[in-house]
Amino acid sequence: MSNGMDPAGLLGIAQQSAGGREYWRSLEELAGTEAFKDLIGNHLPRHAAAFTSAMDRREFLTLMGASLALAGISGCLSPAPAPPDEKIVPYVNQPEALVPGKPLYFATAIPVEGYGRGVLVESHMGRPTKVEGNPQHPASLGATDAVTQASVLELYDPDRSRVITNAGRVATWDAFFSALNVELESQRVTQGAGLRILTETVTSPTLAAQLQEILRIFPKAKWHQFDGGGGDYAHQGARMAFGQPFETLYRLEEADVIVSLDADFLLRSPASLRYAREFINRRRIPGGSDEANRLYMIESTFSLTGSNADHRLAIAPSAIPQLARTLAARVGVQISAEQPAISPAQEKWLGALVKDLQAHRGRSAIMPGEYQPAIVHALAHAMNDALGNIGKTVFYTDPVAVNPTNHAESFRELVRDLEENAAQVLIILGGNPAYTAPAELDFAGHLVTSNFNVHLSLYEDETSAVCHWHIPQAHYLESWSDVRAYDGTVTIMQPLIAPLYGGRTAHEILAAVAGQAERASYEIVHDYWRGQNKAKNFDAAWRTALHDGFIAGSALSPRNVKAKPATSFETSEPKRASTGAATKNPPSLEVIYRPDPSIIDGRFANNGWLQELPKPLTKLTWDNAVLMSPATATRLGLTYRVGGTGGEHGTIYADVVELEYDGRRTRGPAWIVAGHADDCVTIHLGYGRRRAGRVGTNLGFNANILRTLDTLWHGASIAVRKTGAQYALACTQFHHLMEGRDLVRAGTIEQYRKNPKFLIERESEKEAPGTLYPGYKYDGYAWGMSIDVNACIGCNACVAACHAENNGPVVGKQEVLRGREMHWIRIDRYHRGEPSNPETYHQPVPCMQCENAPCELVCPVGATTHSQDGLNDMVYNRCVGTRYCSNNCPYKVRRFNFFLYSDFKTESLKPLRNPDVTVRSRGVMEKCTYCVQRINQAKIAAEKEDRVVRDGEIEPACQQACPTRAIIFGNINDPQSRVTQLKTQPLSYGLLTELNTRPRTTYQAKLRNPNPEIENG
Amino acid sequence: MAQIFHPSTNTISRVTIFGGLILLIVVVTGLATINESPYITEVGVARTQPVPFSHKHHVGDDGIDCRYCHTSVEESSFAGIPPTKTCMNCHTQIWPDSPMLEPVRESFRTGKSIQWTRVHNLPGFVYFNHSIHVHKGIGCATCHGRVDRMPLMWRENTLYMDWCLDCHRAPERFVRPREYVFSMEYQAPADQLALGQKLVKQYRIQKLTSCSTCHR
Amino acid sequence: MASKPSDPGGDTLPLLEPGHTFGSITDKISSIVLTGRTPLFWYITFGVGFILVLVLLFCITALVAVGVGLFGVMIPVAWGFAIVNFVWWIGIGHAGTLISAILLLLRQKWRQSINRFAEAMTLFAVACAGIFPLIHLGRPWFFYWLFPYPSTMGVQPQFRSPLVWDVFAVSTYFTVSLLFWFLGLIPDLATLRDRATRRMPRFIYGMLAMGWRGSAIHWHRYEMAYLLLAGLATPLVVSVHTVVSFDFAVALVPGWHSTIFPPYFVAGAIYSGFAMVLTIAIPLRRLYGLEDFITLRHLKNMAIVMLATGMIVAYGYLMETFMAWYSGDLFEKYMMMNRMFGPYGWMYWILILFNILIPQALWIRRLQTKPWVLFLIAIAVNIGMWLERYVIVVVSLHRDFMPSAWGMYSGTVFDYGVLVGTIGLFVALLFLFIRLLPMISIFEMRELVHEEEGRSQ
Repeated sequence: MSNGMDPAGLLGIAQQSAGGREYWRSLEELAGTEAFKDLIGNHLPRHAAAFTSAMDRREFLTLMGASLALAGISGCLSPAPAPPDEKIVPYVNQPEALVPGKPLYFATAIPVEGYGRGVLVESHMGRPTKVEGNPQHPASLGATDAVTQASVLELYDPDRSRVITNAGRVATWDAFFSALNVELESQRVTQGAGLRILTETVTSPTLAAQLQEILRIFPKAKWHQFDGGGGDYAHQGARMAFGQPFETLYRLEEADVIVSLDADFLLRSPASLRYAREFINRRRIPGGSDEANRLYMIESTFSLTGSNADHRLAIAPSAIPQLARTLAARVGVQISAEQPAISPAQEKWLGALVKDLQAHRGRSAIMPGEYQPAIVHALAHAMNDALGNIGKTVFYTDPVAVNPTNHAESFRELVRDLEENAAQVLIILGGNPAYTAPAELDFAGHLVTSNFNVHLSLYEDETSAVCHWHIPQAHYLESWSDVRAYDGTVTIMQPLIAPLYGGRTAHEILAAVAGQAERASYEIVHDYWRGQNKAKNFDAAWRTALHDGFIAGSALSPRNVKAKPATSFETSEPKRASTGAATKNPPSLEVIYRPDPSIIDGRFANNGWLQELPKPLTKLTWDNAVLMSPATATRLGLTYRVGGTGGEHGTIYADVVELEYDGRRTRGPAWIVAGHADDCVTIHLGYGRRRAGRVGTNLGFNANILRTLDTLWHGASIAVRKTGAQYALACTQFHHLMEGRDLVRAGTIEQYRKNPKFLIERESEKEAPGTLYPGYKYDGYAWGMSIDVNACIGCNACVAACHAENNGPVVGKQEVLRGREMHWIRIDRYHRGEPSNPETYHQPVPCMQCENAPCELVCPVGATTHSQDGLNDMVYNRCVGTRYCSNNCPYKVRRFNFFLYSDFKTESLKPLRNPDVTVRSRGVMEKCTYCVQRINQAKIAAEKEDRVVRDGEIEPACQQACPTRAIIFGNINDPQSRVTQLKTQPLSYGLLTELNTRPRTTYQAKLRNPNPEIENG
Repeated sequence: MAQIFHPSTNTISRVTIFGGLILLIVVVTGLATINESPYITEVGVARTQPVPFSHKHHVGDDGIDCRYCHTSVEESSFAGIPPTKTCMNCHTQIWPDSPMLEPVRESFRTGKSIQWTRVHNLPGFVYFNHSIHVHKGIGCATCHGRVDRMPLMWRENTLYMDWCLDCHRAPERFVRPREYVFSMEYQAPADQLALGQKLVKQYRIQKLTSCSTCHR
Repeated sequence: MASKPSDPGGDTLPLLEPGHTFGSITDKISSIVLTGRTPLFWYITFGVGFILVLVLLFCITALVAVGVGLFGVMIPVAWGFAIVNFVWWIGIGHAGTLISAILLLLRQKWRQSINRFAEAMTLFAVACAGIFPLIHLGRPWFFYWLFPYPSTMGVQPQFRSPLVWDVFAVSTYFTVSLLFWFLGLIPDLATLRDRATRRMPRFIYGMLAMGWRGSAIHWHRYEMAYLLLAGLATPLVVSVHTVVSFDFAVALVPGWHSTIFPPYFVAGAIYSGFAMVLTIAIPLRRLYGLEDFITLRHLKNMAIVMLATGMIVAYGYLMETFMAWYSGDLFEKYMMMNRMFGPYGWMYWILILFNILIPQALWIRRLQTKPWVLFLIAIAVNIGMWLERYVIVVVSLHRDFMPSAWGMYSGTVFDYGVLVGTIGLFVALLFLFIRLLPMISIFEMRELVHEEEGRSQ
């Protein structure tokens, strides 16, 4: 059998063996092994490519140059004291609050796609180095997501634009201001008939006020909104159901049964962190009750939320509205339209679901997906109404976004105006429409008609390139501003550092438009709020708001709403473009566009941390792909080949397909995703950037070429052709089969109720660990960790947080292809069950800090040794790089600096580094240390107060970032500590304990809560 | 045919054999000595500074407490180098126009920091924390020597790892009562070991020799 | 007669073709070094070797300048070619001392014409091996941290690590082998000194001969010292590869963690060592017309030793497989299946073919005395033994405990560059030795003349 094997035959076998509830890695594997072994068996390791792929000559030379030049710089390189001519440069006037060598924390908020999340930012001597969640903030609860963690790298990104440019030439703020005034003068005459302002979703009260002000000065001017990441269907849906664009909020802690209509609420929602916490709080078995909520997922692509569902129904996107209608009818919504018959399987599934819902009236929630057409949202509201959930699990408030509009319409209108030459002055605040807008509109092409346009953005991107003026934007960590969270809570954003590259905020631009170019953001924001607050104690209130990171009580209060009868809207069909008529050959499929899990709509394309973050489920890095189901791949004759270098942990060669929609074409690698709906493909946006920066330019392929305004998120009949070419994708975990090893132990709550210890009763764990030596006595602390696999949703926040805290380097695609990525904690993903609809398990794997650490035994220079607290220390400066420890580590959590990965060259990245962690140099091993720098600081603080470290006082970066509190760290010598409590739970187990490594990191087994009717039927 | 080797060759070869050995020993010990010598360790080498600041004068003669300038020594890892402001607190009155102090005044005028030459310098991968050492009763002088007798600052100890370990392995040999931490005149009593052991208990001093105590 | 018991076939192949006198032997051997014109093939082979040495130097420079990442190593396969080559060369380095020391103690006369260059080969092989542990370090410039010395850091090597044991085992082995070899050379160096005509050679050989005059007292001390060194070297032959095998046996990687490794590695080492001796001896005796000294009898004996050690190795393979099944250990079983049928399965079967099946031809007596057949088998064994180490090092690592971390490994041009580079170094050194020193021990051959005469009477 050749490399290009056909999964068709295999799938047959797949179905059979799937009955055996075996963990499997890929169809080939499942398909039994013969074919699979054949597949890679035939594949001789390829050497020819090695040199070119490892590094071509140029790279080689640069690297050689670099490493020679830097030979002295790194801490690790010089055992002798550093050169004598080092300087100490004290302050002239030292700030009051500042204690040299101690970090300060400031509260602000990160705006992602318009909505805010409260954060606390760590600042070392005036340099923001790390972003943490703000425990008091409703949208954060102390947690962060990967994007938030990586945003600090964006701040220091050397590729951010540094100068105001006019037609590509460097200009000044004054030059811009005067040029702008000339235009505005002419606009005044026509009351701003030709003035257009384009923003993304706006929730900032100050910005809103400024916009109102401008619209007052120029009554005929227009404000358009287009957000690469949002279609605003939710508000339309609310309009349908209630007549007003209400914001929908959920209280998942109250919900026993959750039905998600393609809502990826664990990852893609302004409230995702909160929803994740609430969702998991109801599933926390260890120590909690043995009751759990149940999540039904109806979706097309395989989303992160779907991977955490108890039941998944994967159907084509076009079928979802119809199914929603049927479901609505079943739960008692008045539906006039007749119900088409559905398949017996779905019938059974729906039946059970409906029963479950009826049984939990008022304790269930129907969640429509952000990208579903308005009708689905409307139906969901109707269902929640019918089930009496409104006011119990579902709440409605006034919209958080200022003036919610249909972005598609708004943008279409703008382009029309440009065409008709009606828009002469265009001011683009943020965003990158020239890239994110559907190609059919040719936005860039039409810009030329306007005689003055300016683009404010962090980078000189595709849009800047086609605009007359480009103004560098101030990063959110450099800006005074304000933003609302999902529930309306306002945060006053304060800068951590003065703009590094003289960036301006949107406020300053709008002020300039309003004729007050000299006003700084601080004034603007401050004055706005002074205006809002009539009370005398404004300054106190202002300081409190800044200190807390949000304005108390600014959340929007729930409205009691009256849903219209569903009959009024339920027949209205979602607009769907049927362009590109369906063809049999090449087979035409439905297409689903989604923001990339890591870099969203491409706004983070130049962020190395996010690019190298293995995407949930696919574990791909540095690329996007055309995701499709096994069956669909079979139909298209698509497959992949395991690379000889890196292979399962690195290189996978995927077939390249050509995609055609409405005459526009692009090509991309196909990736087979178990659990994806058949006859449709998912494409992640944000790739194929042409002007992203040195990191993000020319990665992956641009799907916006195919998109149209009518098919922003779902398209019908896209043509997919196999090209015969293959493309190397960097996948950090291709092997998802456990080979019968119980790495993730899983069962159902039903089994747990019968026998709580059912997962850990194994021979190897009954017998005492065999050793001839007396164990070491830990009379002080003994640090340990417990990771709840049941609570881990696989969101990558911990991975990003760890990287940020510990100065992790970015190695680039070539090195990931070789299997050399540098994440200290990785999230292993395993599947089991039918490939069409598998169960998925996420397992975070940091260093286990083994009591009997195999790595320590074999290190010839004692560079990794046991500490008095039982930590498995890694001493970078002692390591000579034999890599023996990595070989002997059964968990393979050690990472090696094969080259000089840390960037010692780029000046702007130096302030980013965490001063408490060594920046590792070339040729040394590194690994998770339980964030020993935080442990030491806490210990010193405690010693100085002559007390012991309190439980929970130390939070490693991963625990701190985790939205679901899946990771708990503490002192296992203290019987009262949470971690000790958890380790005594019946579900607690260790990884590979049969090797007698006695890991300090243990796991809580995974429990699903399936509906018996579906499970056993 | 003629002899190739003169009889002396025997002696020569014998000498070379033993000479080689001796040479080896000499070279090795020589290198070791150099490595421990001030040439490498900078012990006792006074460093020139932009302003010839004399600890001898300020500490010894004026009796200013260490903490007046090194403010953060009790709370932070970094003892702290005084901002120009601190100097000017006094030197606006005392020696207000001594040419020696011009750099200080200039710094205060222009707002440009004075660039002091670093004397005690640890490699980047060593994480030392002043506050905890001070809290546990390690006197300034224990590491920095009799600063009150140093006209210009020099390094009193090698700062080599084995030097650190001397104390970390046997703190009782160096620890002193907290109240004397900042005292320069303090003399270790004859029964230092007895006192040391007492203080080690009292201050809950641990023998921290784990790698991660200093390296992370 | 001493040679009788040492003659397993009990046949009458001579150790030295008849008709040789002390004089003729001395002329024949020393002429290669002193009078004889350097043949063309010497220049060619040495030239090739030298070019490869340059390749080696380039690769090493690049590795030190840029990083060990130029090798194909990755996570999980953090040891690659470098360690494979290291074990392979060390193995090859076993034959020499075995032949000189152990066979000497066993009074095996047939060692005498092959021991000299076998020892040289040992030295050069160990030298080649020594390069690898060094250049495969992440930070080679700190290699000295593996030695115990009074450091300002107040720390010592971690003596539980087999890598530290390696340092001692290999360096000791090299030193003793060197002494042994040089000691054996002294009488011949004296001979060359006396026969050399030009001044410079006489001076150099003279210096090296350390004033050897061949007096009775000299001979007495010589014999004593030689015997003592032999006694010292014998345990080393066994210890070195035992220690090397600990590098693997001590680790818990399935496919490494095995108690059978020491004997099986030592046997493998001798196996590959003899294969290499044959690979060198057979062409040389032909090219330099030394068939009289390195006779079919020698080849036959070496063939038999190869066959014997080869069988031990085969037993090792068998036991590994059996234990994998018998232990019932999940990981062991998977490792064995993966070794045979996994992505690298083809290597396993090739090594079985080269190391086990092909050498079985040696059972056939006729073939034991067919130089070119032996040559081909020896080559096969050399390749097979390299593959064996590849299978042990790489294939065990690439799929161990956590399926999520499994990966594929393949060498880069630098891996291959260093491999051929060391082969070049080996060849170059060997040919320098052949050109400058007597490749066969003159005085020991002289002893043989005496014995052969006695034998033929």
